[in-house]
Amino acid sequence: MPDMQRPTLGSASFGLVMGTLAGAALLLLAAPTLVVLVTSFTDGYSLKFPPPSYSLRWYASLIDAWQLQDAALVSLKLGAVVTAVSVVLGTTAALAIGRSQRAWARGLDALFMSPLVLPALAFGLASLVFFSTAGVELSFLTLAIGHIVVSVPYVLRTTLASLAQLDPALLESSESLGAGRLYTFRRVTLPTIRNGIGAGAFIAFMSSFDNIPVSLFMADARNEVLPIRMWQILENSLDVRAAAVSGVLIAVTVLAMVVMERVAGLSRQLR
Amino acid sequence: MTAITAPGLAGPATAARPRIGREWTLALPLAAFFAVFFVTPLLLLVAVSLYADAEMTRFGLDQYIRFFGDTFNLAVLGSTLLLGVKVTALTLLFGYPLAWLYTRSGPRMQSALILVIILPLLTSVVVRTFAWIVILGRDGIVNNLLLSLGLAETPLRLLYTEGGLVAALVQVQMPLMVLPLITTLSRLDPNLLDASAALGAGPWRGFLKVTLPLSLPGIVAGCLLTYAASVTAFITQSLVGGGQMLFMPQYIYQQTITLHNWPFAAAISIVFMVSVMGVVMLFNLLGRASKGYVHA
Repeated sequence: MPDMQRPTLGSASFGLVMGTLAGAALLLLAAPTLVVLVTSFTDGYSLKFPPPSYSLRWYASLIDAWQLQDAALVSLKLGAVVTAVSVVLGTTAALAIGRSQRAWARGLDALFMSPLVLPALAFGLASLVFFSTAGVELSFLTLAIGHIVVSVPYVLRTTLASLAQLDPALLESSESLGAGRLYTFRRVTLPTIRNGIGAGAFIAFMSSFDNIPVSLFMADARNEVLPIRMWQILENSLDVRAAAVSGVLIAVTVLAMVVMERVAGLSRQLR
Repeated sequence: MTAITAPGLAGPATAARPRIGREWTLALPLAAFFAVFFVTPLLLLVAVSLYADAEMTRFGLDQYIRFFGDTFNLAVLGSTLLLGVKVTALTLLFGYPLAWLYTRSGPRMQSALILVIILPLLTSVVVRTFAWIVILGRDGIVNNLLLSLGLAETPLRLLYTEGGLVAALVQVQMPLMVLPLITTLSRLDPNLLDASAALGAGPWRGFLKVTLPLSLPGIVAGCLLTYAASVTAFITQSLVGGGQMLFMPQYIYQQTITLHNWPFAAAISIVFMVSVMGVVMLFNLLGRASKGYVHA
């Protein structure tokens, strides 16, 4: 009987080792975010932890930080455009690749996924070479194109994962009952893969909002994005406003994560 | 499901596939987009790397000869590839127990754990890196702790060291390791462990002989993602690593933006990409071998 487990030296040490390592991992995962949050409420001018006293002054200072606001606006606009295009291109491609076991489907799948393992900085440089050879000036459009390439894989991956759960028998029965392809898509396929698309769209947006390697080469002076602005702040002067921006980003991210978890089961889609 | 469709059974299954055979047209828009904005730029990058001089007037393999002829460049490549190995190994060491804990928790605990696990994945990379500056800086938490405990006389230099960089990268890449591990671990049949326990194997033996081998596909997938992400982590490398250490992404950036030597930057990029792809393919081969091991 397996239930008769006596606490032995073996099981105690196993639990202890696994538990300690898992605990350390959790601490490592959560601590940096918590540290930034606490630091952002400092009253002082330095990034001391714990802060000498607390205030909202650095959050208040964001109200006049128009450079940061402009950059945030560009990033939001960019994220929206990139997500919209990535969802359309990624979902249609997933529908094509999803059911096929053929070589072309596997080849395309590998091609569309490759931006995830390729050094993004090398792709950024390649894009810069491409647009300058073609004589196209850098703009919001070139920036968006670069971002779409690195964001599409996320939509493709989550949509393919949810398509795998769609029973082909459902499609056949819908078809044999006389439903057209578009009707079947709207009433059978789409409801099944909606959560996968949603999770993919969310991650695509986050990856675009957070992208530096591609933006570094593709952005022109008028389209400075938020992460690059922050990077420059951190490199030149350890401005405490960066902590306040981080605080805002963390709050928005955690909120969006909880909402996405409720609506689309984000964590299930990620696996 | 896919596992059941073994080659021998494929006959009837293929016949039952939807009759419309033109689904592939749906892949055309993305294929065209990738052909123009992904494949062409990469091919152009190869072409640029074949210019012998920075002014791009004549062709030649000079850039590659220059790269491989200088031990400095080889050291940069080597330390970058090694950095990935260190980060991946540590991420596995801490990530595996975390994934194991997840599969043994109740549903409420699981949803709390998953939020903590994916939090770094979705927090801005600048924010995460910034946190490490606060933690590892001269006035940082670690130094304050060491000083107050009397373990150090003066603040230690933790930022801009490789140890600090590895710690930051492990945190940043941990989700990429834990998520695939959770997937494989939760697919394991719990009866197998019960059987191993009933046959007298202790938890260590059961773990080493049953759980670990069966989760190899997840380990390989996690290592692949973690490795690729940590060798290319430009921002973390440059902010936490600082100017003391040079890794391939910064080297490419420096050659392009500061020195405007496009052909050399392109050649470094190609060498870097081929190296990373080589490691990734090695992982993939291991993955295929491990899957064979699992089914056997």
